[in-house]
Amino acid sequence: MAQTGTATKPITPAPENIPILLIVNGVERQLRLAPWTSLLDALRNHLDLTGTKKGCDHGQCGACTVLVEGRRILSCLSLAVMKDGAHVTTIEGLAQGGALHPLQQAFIDHDAFQCGYCTPGQICSAMGLIAEGRAKSAEEIRELMSGNICRCGAYPNIVAAIQQAMGQS
Amino acid sequence: MTNYIGTATSRIDGRAKVTGEAKYAGEFNITGLAHASVVASTIAKGRIARIDASAALSVEGVLDVLTHLNRPPMASADSAYDDDTAPEGSPFRPLYNDRIWFNFQPVALVVAEKPEIARFAAALVRVEYEEQAHVTDLHRQRDKAFALEPGKNHSAPPKPRGTAEQAFAAAAVRHRGEYYVPIEHHNPIELFASTVIFESDGKLTVYDKTQGVQNVQRYLCNVLGTEPEEVRVMSPFVGGAFGSGLRPQFQAVLAALAARALKRSVRLALTRQQMYGLSYRPAMIQQIELGASAGGTLDAIAHDAITVTSQYEDFHRQETGWSGLLYRCANATYAHRLARLDLETPCDMRAPSAATGVYALECAMDELAVALKLDPLELRLRYYSDRDQNTDRPYSSKSLRECYRQGSQAFGWDKRNPEPRSTRDGTELVGWGMASGVWEALQVPIAARIVLTANGHAEVSCATSDIGTGTYTIMAQVAAEMLGLPLDNVTVKLGDSTLPQSPVEGGSWIAASVSNGIATTAGAVREELLRLAKQMPNSALADATADEVTLADGMLVSKRDATCAVSIAEAMRHRGVDRIEQEKSTTFDDDGSHAHNTHSAVFAEVKVDEELGVIRVTRVVSAIAAGRILNTKTARSQIIGGVVWGIGMALHEETLIDHNFGRIMNANIAEYHVPVNADVYDIDVIFVDELDAIVNPLGIKGLGEIGIVGVAAAIANAIYHATGMRVRDLPITLDKLQR
Amino acid sequence: MINFQYVRATDVADAVHRIAADPAATFIAGGSNLIDLMKYDVERPSRLIDITRLPLKSVEETADGGLRIGALVSNSDLAYHPLIAARYPLLASAILAGASAQLRNMASTGGNLLQRTRCYYFYDTATPCNKREPGSGCSAISGLNRMHAILGTSEACIATHPSDMCVALAALDARVHAAGPAGARTIAFSDFHRLPENTPERDTNLQPNEIVTAVELPARGFAANYTYLKIRDRLSYAFALVSVAAALELQGDTIIEARLALGGVAHKPWRDPTAEAALREQAPSQATFNRAADVFLRDAKAFGHNAFKINLAHRAIVRALIQAAAGTPQSQSDKKIR
Repeated sequence: MAQTGTATKPITPAPENIPILLIVNGVERQLRLAPWTSLLDALRNHLDLTGTKKGCDHGQCGACTVLVEGRRILSCLSLAVMKDGAHVTTIEGLAQGGALHPLQQAFIDHDAFQCGYCTPGQICSAMGLIAEGRAKSAEEIRELMSGNICRCGAYPNIVAAIQQAMGQS
Repeated sequence: MTNYIGTATSRIDGRAKVTGEAKYAGEFNITGLAHASVVASTIAKGRIARIDASAALSVEGVLDVLTHLNRPPMASADSAYDDDTAPEGSPFRPLYNDRIWFNFQPVALVVAEKPEIARFAAALVRVEYEEQAHVTDLHRQRDKAFALEPGKNHSAPPKPRGTAEQAFAAAAVRHRGEYYVPIEHHNPIELFASTVIFESDGKLTVYDKTQGVQNVQRYLCNVLGTEPEEVRVMSPFVGGAFGSGLRPQFQAVLAALAARALKRSVRLALTRQQMYGLSYRPAMIQQIELGASAGGTLDAIAHDAITVTSQYEDFHRQETGWSGLLYRCANATYAHRLARLDLETPCDMRAPSAATGVYALECAMDELAVALKLDPLELRLRYYSDRDQNTDRPYSSKSLRECYRQGSQAFGWDKRNPEPRSTRDGTELVGWGMASGVWEALQVPIAARIVLTANGHAEVSCATSDIGTGTYTIMAQVAAEMLGLPLDNVTVKLGDSTLPQSPVEGGSWIAASVSNGIATTAGAVREELLRLAKQMPNSALADATADEVTLADGMLVSKRDATCAVSIAEAMRHRGVDRIEQEKSTTFDDDGSHAHNTHSAVFAEVKVDEELGVIRVTRVVSAIAAGRILNTKTARSQIIGGVVWGIGMALHEETLIDHNFGRIMNANIAEYHVPVNADVYDIDVIFVDELDAIVNPLGIKGLGEIGIVGVAAAIANAIYHATGMRVRDLPITLDKLQR
Repeated sequence: MINFQYVRATDVADAVHRIAADPAATFIAGGSNLIDLMKYDVERPSRLIDITRLPLKSVEETADGGLRIGALVSNSDLAYHPLIAARYPLLASAILAGASAQLRNMASTGGNLLQRTRCYYFYDTATPCNKREPGSGCSAISGLNRMHAILGTSEACIATHPSDMCVALAALDARVHAAGPAGARTIAFSDFHRLPENTPERDTNLQPNEIVTAVELPARGFAANYTYLKIRDRLSYAFALVSVAAALELQGDTIIEARLALGGVAHKPWRDPTAEAALREQAPSQATFNRAADVFLRDAKAFGHNAFKINLAHRAIVRALIQAAAGTPQSQSDKKIR
């Protein structure tokens, strides 16, 4: 029957760790990571920056959105070792000295979330959207925010929050 | 005095959520945490013949592989696996024995130093099965479905009334239709996870994704055979659940088993694919027949439902009863049958039974209106009932008529051309549809604790959850108003099994329950304060009774004479009291004389590309009657969310099972479609005033479910109006509109 | 995800050298499809060769008036590139119809060409699939095949190619530049992707030891009369049921050149010279477009759940041609199909 029980002498070695440097929210972070560690898991498990969320781990929900070199990407489909030397901005890096970023405040003002789990990804995605400057109308915001699924269904409030923040920037 | 109840108050946990500070179950990182990964079944039915974990165990960093053969002891009695929301039957037990009940069932658990290693090693576990023939297709099992019996099954249909058969025979117009709703999955965005902290004394602190920490706590104690004080369950934030977190889910048991086996803290986060093995909204076939007179009476209703359950439990809710409840009709019959499939047991999902049952009813009503050549809204007004038709009781409040009025006005319903295909916008056909919605206003026994300190700060606590519904905020609002404190002076604790008793958060019952619970406890605080105030020399409230005083702006004030007031701080200081703590249980006495329901009128506009069938829901107006609204901001969000769910139910959501393999093939959120931002246009939410002095002291009815009810029907009816095509099986994808 | 080695290539020659040295290695650029598949254990490379630092990120004008797009230009940079927006708006539109803003920021031009199918069975290692495991059988033919191909299928595989960008590139007669141990070569776009036949495990004619270095667009961009019309199950962020890239060149009231490529219907972006010929030298009209659609779909074959696609594809072709002829391309943010 089954061969289970406590571990015997390992014969399959774990991957070797590679030293990398990430500049996360302006702070240099030296890490030693296995190649298979996603940027998302590096943030959540190695840097304890759990604000970046894992909703599908397959690039389908947008909860893991962060900014790399100022552009919004999905951290779940990025290998941390490939981002060696990169500037990464996460939700933890938006508020400055206790003052919320206008987008964060707009999300609160418009109740642009319920459970809050997709919210960091929504806000980071909206940061990228505003920086890109491609969306002007509500229709364009909707289309260019469609990579961030909100299962609570806060979409109209998310659009309103982004419009408010756009008006301020 | 500041009023907080009924205001548009921003969420008090908003800052934590927009800064990433809010921690969810899988986010508690501690030193020495081990990580687990599930090996899931690849067959639907059979037995595990052999498990070879040697390759997995050979991986550096793997700590153990748990299977049914080497796991720590688990309880043997079914009763140990029962929980507050379990249906009848024999609950599923993960890693219990070699039996396979469904695809994606956990068959082994790999525990390792790193999550990546656990996942890698899980793929190396070789499982051989003895496969048995399975059935996962409701349509194939339809004829073998068995009937629910009133008296025997708790949610069996209501008693029939009148003589439906004769009424149908006499009816001038009859409509009969069969409506299908597929299996749908909750798919909260947070992955199901449990972090089990193995404390130095062997006790377990479990951070779990759940809608009921005390339900999970009791369950784990029973399953593991531990004393209650040895397990504490926490859930400060929940990343959506929608019913999927009502029952204790298998990741909590597995993580706890691993922690006890290894005497180490363990986290288990399921993959999105594995979450398709947790639970789902059951697929159902519903047949509705309506018989009406030409003169405007509804004379007979028959509603039959066949719903899915597993091989080991009898999950069911009362889909059929809504039909007989809502409209004035002398004759009604019901039947409900269950079909067993080789799937896991279904569970509640947003507005269970009403989202689906009312969908069928309200589409059928639309079809009846067409047959009678009556405006669909006019039809509903003619059949309007001021009494619960099933139990023949008055409502404690029912403002559905006002929902119809305000909703139709905001929508512009009176401009509707009744003719299908009559309205165009270029390449698109425009359709307007409407539906009614109904849900129960439920309330459950609950306890709340308030600790008031002399510095004018209060902490209010209850073991309930906030799954995104806004519970933190409404608890603070009610406490602030009842204690006469600024909102910022109130802190809220919830989601901890050691806090005062709460049932699971579901069914829209928590807002009403916990608010009245806090009011009760605040009343006790007020009495205590009054007792202290009376003891002060020359007390202005020396003769006042508890009913005669209120708390406002840090003062205990006479309601009769506002100049008679005592500072709370001074009253406490005078007696040397620095904190007042009160914990009270609240129950809701119901003499059964009234029915308690929430209602909605939903109006939807769709635009359908005439040739290609592409559907856009361009406008929805949802008018809601749900008693007193605690927080108009979060309440509106709840309804918007419900409407978005209704859009998904109408157009997108469907779990696809390959019946050859008995396996879900779109177990992800790329091919299991839910609405994205681009799918959602204008949603207008109206709360009609509804005073209810009977339902509970605060007149609150709850909001989580009513938002979805009726939406799918309104959209389906609008699609009919646009295209002239009646699609009765959901979701209405564009292929179903091809001519 | 299996354990793998990770190395960075320094230049194209180094990349080619490294892949030649390890037949089980694979290149990684954006990773948006590869990492996804590795997490499902569908792709199991022994080694990832990171090519993101190679100098393949520029868009340059070619001597014959076309453009050469480096393989590492991201999908969003390409879609919003001024030269693409001005001269090849069909390509920009197709790119913006696909995936999400985040994925377009990650995905590379070369990687987009190598995207693998979204067939449910390909993705699920618990089920047979000839593309993933040659010889194991095709589960889709008798299973869930609503998303599947209606043209160019084989008994071994009915999967579809999932890219939107490639549909436009096919219509534009792009050429793929590749480098390998034997040197550089160019591949006509129509020869790049393969039909499944009895080797569905091979999606393209790129050799395992070759790297895509660039995609070249000829001068003709059809900037006046084009559209990319994508039909899917929700209004954004979903794979195509059917998509149509249509490009016309009109002289007065006569079509002098026509391009028609479909996504979501075959194992590769599907073009049909006969259907395009049926449009040439004709005046744009519903009848002409109907005829072209008839020709295009003459060999279409359905497998049950996807029978609707034949009719849908027909109507989508006609609508796309109307949009192209009128010079009113489909907006990717206004979801009304005009």
